[in-house]
Amino acid sequence: MPEIIRASAVVADDWQILRPAAETPLAEVEIPVGRVVVPLALWLERSAELLSRGDTGVWLSGTDDPAPLVRWLPQLPLVAVDFPKFTDGRGYSVAYLLRSRFGYRGELRAIGDVLPDQLFFMRRVGFDSFAVRSDKDIQQALRSLQPFSDVYQGSWDNPVPAFRRHPRAWPGQHDGN
Amino acid sequence: MEDRSATAFHDIGLYLCRAPDGELGLRVLVGGGMGRTPIVGTVIREFLPWQHMMTYVECILRVYNRYGRRDNIYKARIKILVKALGAEEFARQVEEEWALAKDGPGTLTEEELKRVSAYFTAPDYEPRPADEGEFERRIAESRGFARWAGRAMRPHRVPGYRAVVLSLKKTGVAPGDATAEQMEQVADWSERYGFGEIRVSHEQNLILPDVRAGDLFTLWEQARKAGLATPNLGLLTDIIACPGGDFCSLANAKSIPIAEAIQRRFDDLDYLHDIGELNLNISGCMNSCGHHHAGHIGILGVDKDGEEWYQVSIGGADGSAAGHGRSAIGRVIGPSFKAEDMADVVSRLVEIYLENRETGEHFVDTVERLGIAPFKAGVYGTPVRTKKEPSEGVVADA
Repeated sequence: MPEIIRASAVVADDWQILRPAAETPLAEVEIPVGRVVVPLALWLERSAELLSRGDTGVWLSGTDDPAPLVRWLPQLPLVAVDFPKFTDGRGYSVAYLLRSRFGYRGELRAIGDVLPDQLFFMRRVGFDSFAVRSDKDIQQALRSLQPFSDVYQGSWDNPVPAFRRHPRAWPGQHDGN
Repeated sequence: MEDRSATAFHDIGLYLCRAPDGELGLRVLVGGGMGRTPIVGTVIREFLPWQHMMTYVECILRVYNRYGRRDNIYKARIKILVKALGAEEFARQVEEEWALAKDGPGTLTEEELKRVSAYFTAPDYEPRPADEGEFERRIAESRGFARWAGRAMRPHRVPGYRAVVLSLKKTGVAPGDATAEQMEQVADWSERYGFGEIRVSHEQNLILPDVRAGDLFTLWEQARKAGLATPNLGLLTDIIACPGGDFCSLANAKSIPIAEAIQRRFDDLDYLHDIGELNLNISGCMNSCGHHHAGHIGILGVDKDGEEWYQVSIGGADGSAAGHGRSAIGRVIGPSFKAEDMADVVSRLVEIYLENRETGEHFVDTVERLGIAPFKAGVYGTPVRTKKEPSEGVVADA
């Protein structure tokens, strides 16, 4: 069974990511048995069927607007965001919006071109599980999950920027936050 | 209004300003840039109180991150999205996003502003009214000193002080170059005549921001010996140039020899001063490191079948006082020229300006008033050639 990082640990995971061929009509896409994560368009098309099936999560691409998914968020056991390339940062905004604006509290997973040195930043915007690219050492990725002890900027994990959290040094003082 | 940071040529430009009631804030511009798609940024918010700087910029970035182009790295810029959506629509999306982020924890506090401000205190100025007399006497006595001071000196808000710009535009030296020995000397002067501060300008010169008026003459004498007192600041030979094909692997053409040829052509100081304020910028390729789009005269190196050619544009402006604070992209006057013709082409442009200028007009003002047609006609001959790109041998008719 493939391994992912969840809650700061490497765990086995049996969710399958369904990536149907673009030319297959949504109504004809075959849903495999077991726990499956379907693309947003498929969910929106067949939500009634998929809800009754249970064990279904939804994945979004960088171009997907998460707003139409909002009404189902409380029932979804897993939402994933796909990174087609590590240089494509749209998934960070999608995750941030799901957490902050749309209040999603369930598991939020980064899938696709997910590299170890991005996990820290992904966690900051609200991801809590990571399907690290299969050719990368997941144990090493786990060790690089927390490369910095503190941050300046606010984000989902800690919306309060450093200047509001710490007494900061003034000129002439030792900068010993 | 002067803009020395070229805020209109950045992805995001923040221009500090005050509201009528004195409140400090920012005018917010987006979508400026040079390169292969030169665009002057658009104001999307006239006044943003300073507390909201971080949250507002974050919203600009989020809109861009979500909707900006991903398919082509040349188009992955805020300016491309602003152009595609229209500035009004881009602004609307930012404001919509900001309505939800405004007053969040990213909002800056008075306390934090005070703390950071405390790192930018004024040095211990000592007003020395006596210095001014000495300075005036030297100005009256030495024409060379007066000429240098007229270009290199900037007024200071503290009486008895001046800001001094050291020219790195001596003919025969690559624009913006300083040797290790020169830097040692500048460092020494910054301590002896100032408070240990040296600034670098985007015009590729060095600035000593706090020089006592009484020390200006001595500084000039030393700077002259060091080759750092060419009295050409803001003039045609104060050329901004990228390293070009002599050093850069991206370049299509050389920049430095073109700059030198032009500097040699305009070696008469009286003529140079008569021409007046003129920004001439040279880039060796479309990446625009020499800011050619914003030059009153802009020169762009292009490659044609393995040969180096130069495209000339006029009427660009970078927001500085020489262009009365305007920001504009220069317009190409026509087919490119060969390297050996560039000094002639610039001479011809200057002659047309001198023939047509009205009292007090800078080169860029005359271009603005007359358009590029008379310059084009003067450079290429009349009637203006209509052929879009030159065949071999079409060169300046100067």
